Amino acid sequence: MKYVDEFRSPELIGKTAEEIRRLADPHRHYRLMEVCGGHTHAIYRFGLKDILPANIELIHGPGCPVCVLPMGRIDDGLSIAARAGVIFAAFGDMMRVPGTQGSPLEHKARGMDVRIVYSPSDAIKLAKANPQKHVMFFAIGFETTAPSTALTLQRARKEGLRNFSVFCNHVTIIPAIRAILDSPDMRLDGFIGPGHVSTVIGCRPYEWIAQNENKPIVVSGFEPLDLLQSIVMLLRQLRAGEAKVENQYKRVVPWEGNRAALRAMADVFQLRPYFEWRGLGFISQSALRLREEYSEWDAEKRFDVPGIRVTDPKAAQCGEVLKGVLKPAQCKLFGNECTPERPVGALMVSSEGSCAAYYNYEHRKAALVTSISASV
Amino acid sequence: MAHGAGGKASRRLIEGLFAPLLYGSSAEPLGDAAHLNLNGARVAITTDGFVVKPLSFPGGSIGELAINGTVNDLAVSGARAEVLVVTFVLEAGLPTEILQAEIQVMAAAAREAGVRIAGGDTKVVEHGKADGMYITTTGVGTPIAGVEIDPASVRPGDKVLLSGPIGDHGITILLARGELDLEADLCSDTRSVLPFVEALARVAAPSIRWMRDPTRGGVATSLNELARDCGLGVVLHEDAIPVRDTVRGACELLGLDPLHIANEGQFLAVLGAEAAEAALEGLRQIPGGEEARIIGEMQKQPAGAVLVTTRYGGTRIVDMLVGDPLPRIC
Repeated sequence: MKYVDEFRSPELIGKTAEEIRRLADPHRHYRLMEVCGGHTHAIYRFGLKDILPANIELIHGPGCPVCVLPMGRIDDGLSIAARAGVIFAAFGDMMRVPGTQGSPLEHKARGMDVRIVYSPSDAIKLAKANPQKHVMFFAIGFETTAPSTALTLQRARKEGLRNFSVFCNHVTIIPAIRAILDSPDMRLDGFIGPGHVSTVIGCRPYEWIAQNENKPIVVSGFEPLDLLQSIVMLLRQLRAGEAKVENQYKRVVPWEGNRAALRAMADVFQLRPYFEWRGLGFISQSALRLREEYSEWDAEKRFDVPGIRVTDPKAAQCGEVLKGVLKPAQCKLFGNECTPERPVGALMVSSEGSCAAYYNYEHRKAALVTSISASV
Repeated sequence: MAHGAGGKASRRLIEGLFAPLLYGSSAEPLGDAAHLNLNGARVAITTDGFVVKPLSFPGGSIGELAINGTVNDLAVSGARAEVLVVTFVLEAGLPTEILQAEIQVMAAAAREAGVRIAGGDTKVVEHGKADGMYITTTGVGTPIAGVEIDPASVRPGDKVLLSGPIGDHGITILLARGELDLEADLCSDTRSVLPFVEALARVAAPSIRWMRDPTRGGVATSLNELARDCGLGVVLHEDAIPVRDTVRGACELLGLDPLHIANEGQFLAVLGAEAAEAALEGLRQIPGGEEARIIGEMQKQPAGAVLVTTRYGGTRIVDMLVGDPLPRIC
């Protein structure tokens, strides 16, 4: 843990926070979006909002894979798994995400064969251990997890594994950022760029944000010091009137990305013409599907998929929260009808979802502070 | 399944269904054991069912958990376990050696904890049920002199004591299941906490207000229950909470919070501030008590909640666990 502790040093954090206060113009309000759900989680978990000056507002972005998955896709995946002899395998992240008839965990309680795996290759192990069954891996995630799904599919093809398929929900980050920038109600000053995704795609794909949209973006790590340093870098750019792509997370993210991972992805996946995002609607060329050569392992081709479309509950304002237009607590359902125990929207499910993060770490605190100040 | 994970759903199940129908009143705070007056004799009674996969793991096995778990539930209620009765539910086809090994382990754990096994029952269910074996132990104990546990007696300024590092058991089990390609040099912390509770009672009995063993749902869940029951806030100092590097590393990797991870050999106590130093001294004098710490204190605010102060001045609310802790990958 030594490597992590350096990025949690109270002295360095104190110094960096001071630097932020020095750089931030007190007459200006800064709206910075952290694109990645991992950042959202870290910001709440480390209580960074308490350290930042009040005029720096962090807006939570769309980078939480389970949050942007439309309910219909979950229903589709579960409808395949409802067939005799099918094992539904997915990451723990997916297990509590509600479909219209309940989450994978709830289906498991009713007898569906649902397994948590820790990597797609674990799903291959599962298929080999259960030759009489068919293992369907419900793949989710941005470019962070897509390469491991690609490598797994390459392996399945090479080994001629017949009782394994992937239900692919991989999405790509750039179109989501574009959709947010195209949204007329957004006024952002800059971006804290996603760290894990960038280990794969590198920093180049963000250049249009700086060049065309004139917004600074700093690719950031996930420790408290990483995030604060990234904010310093954004403030420096804003102060100088610049808009550049910078890489704070150099210890992990190469500027050019990971070529081997990108090659594996290009071999296995192609872009879908369009894909539905929860809260953001249909976005063109924003998701991946399996190439023709991998049809045999494509659950959508191998099985009859109903193609269920489910509209989000009207009262839920996941879209606005996902785009950063509303704060989680401003949604009508927040904290009453929609809680981490009984989530209505997916943002309340994953601990990286801004609603769950806000609920778990912040909203009771906010309520308590209000009650304290009211009682004084 | 979430109803068994020790967090919010468990509590709802107990308070919403079991308590009103079975105990007549759900207003009593839910303690680890019931203290009764039977014809003038004060006794404590508790029962606990044990299901664990795999049956044995580094540092322990289901048999040890079954003895220590019940001894510990009695200990943190302020009682010394005297007698246990045991019920086994065995899966048909369970190898005799495994059963034999568990019985030996249980006998040893009972000797160690100074408790007598007075009887039991055995049932066998079909192959494919009961994950090998389930064990239920029911324990009867006698009060430890001078110790009165009552969340209503907790006051602002009281200190929160933790007996040692957290998360060892839960992470050991997670790794022992072999589903993660992770290995770590880590053992379950399963042990009887009775000697520690007795040591604490010797030096600080009148100042002990509350105790709990933070098993399923972890320290966060136990302290949230306390906060709710006494109406005060628990303020923890993240820095002061002992967590081994391996546990911390595994939690970082899997997106889990050590405060939500199960323990089987630790306990929490709330003490009057005046007794805090003596309590630590007393605990540190017995082997295995060296890492006891004061991890926080009771305050008026945030009423009914647990607040953690991070090392650099940030704060966060820590809620009860919701369902089982599920690793986060993507």
